[in-house]
Amino acid sequence: MALTREQLAQRVSQEFQDGFYVNLGIGIPTLAANYIPDDMEVMLQSENGLLGMGPFPTEDEVDADLINAGKQTVTMATGAALFDSAESFAMIRGGHVDLTVLGAFEVDVQGNIASYMIPGKLIKGMGGAMDLVAGADNIIVVMTHASKHGDSKLLKECTLPLTGKGCIKRVLTDLALLDIEDGKFILRERAPGVSVEDIAALTEGELVIPDNVPEMQL
Amino acid sequence: MSGFDKVVGSYEEAMAGLEDNMTVIAGGFGLCGIPENLIKEIKRKGTKGLTVVSNNAGVDGKGLGILLEDRQIRKMVSSYVGENALFEQQMMSGELEVELTPQGTLAEKMRAGGAGIPAFFTATGYGTPVGEGKEVREFDGRHYILEESIVGDFSIGKAWKADRYGNLVFRRTARNFNPGAITAGKIAVVEVEEIVEPGELDPDEIHLPGIYVNRLIKGTFEKTIEQRTVRSA
Repeated sequence: MALTREQLAQRVSQEFQDGFYVNLGIGIPTLAANYIPDDMEVMLQSENGLLGMGPFPTEDEVDADLINAGKQTVTMATGAALFDSAESFAMIRGGHVDLTVLGAFEVDVQGNIASYMIPGKLIKGMGGAMDLVAGADNIIVVMTHASKHGDSKLLKECTLPLTGKGCIKRVLTDLALLDIEDGKFILRERAPGVSVEDIAALTEGELVIPDNVPEMQL
Repeated sequence: MSGFDKVVGSYEEAMAGLEDNMTVIAGGFGLCGIPENLIKEIKRKGTKGLTVVSNNAGVDGKGLGILLEDRQIRKMVSSYVGENALFEQQMMSGELEVELTPQGTLAEKMRAGGAGIPAFFTATGYGTPVGEGKEVREFDGRHYILEESIVGDFSIGKAWKADRYGNLVFRRTARNFNPGAITAGKIAVVEVEEIVEPGELDPDEIHLPGIYVNRLIKGTFEKTIEQRTVRSA
């Protein structure tokens, strides 16, 4: 079975390490915050100027001056810090964030990512995504493996305008976890109940299938 | 009082000198920390042909969105312009020019503009549409594009507290683009929730020194929340 949104978030959270500063993109990546293990300290960076993002507020705690990058009301975790946008992107661009998780429309075997624009259809802008993919070493892209029409989103070459060039090394889809190395997708894990053949059929870019492809542990 | 006193008596005075076709740099992220009354004053004045530099363009009927209603903005420089139907309509019809700029690059363009640095190299946008036509240099095996900084005829910002000298304290994530925007305006206008006397703010707690601020005014704010998201207690 393809992973649900919650399962994707759960699998993403397995990439967290104790002491990591993490930037989670809008949508499924944000859900991963719900799965930080109790015995682990992870500090969430919100690029609008907060390091140490806490859970959503209770009705009483709502503060119009305290939002996340998705414009949702949030709270501050113990030990949080506040700063302006230039400072925020200094820490992102300077490579100080340990892990970045974001969504995409397409990725390709060269590690290119397209996530911000569909010409003629959707022009909302890149927000902080271009800075995040250019600044981070450790990035996980989270997306569905194929479109609703069954077209692969793991391509030989991205067709949409790029958000970043040669910067993606790891992709989590609803079907599989893959690494990108030397112009190929390497299949690392498959979603429970999903076969290697199913994944191969929906992967347009060259796919390397190791002898053993374990099921994800959720 | 004169000297370093930056306080002006009215919003009209605060935005005096703003003329058609000028560039205005605005603080705020979404509707958080926006100079909402200064934006309303620009609407009231009816200034046209503006280039507005701001991370977002407000939403329909709020923030910079209200300047679209009378087509006062000719060009927007922003990183994210979703959530605004009128904006989308004017952009698609070609009435409104939009320069999409990555958020970190936009923040740095303001910071550098205010700091007298005309341009800088960044890896952000290399190999993407943002990098097209821009000078590329290689440093230590990585590619970087040359981005020019931004200076505005006016900048409009919002802080939490100020003293009369314009020393500013921001609150929570309402700080966002405000310090950068304020420093990058030839005439920097700031509205705040509270103005105190010089000496009342601890010099160590000042986020932005008054040297960057030309005009200061106390306002009352709606502080619209875009995505009210709560958990049960």
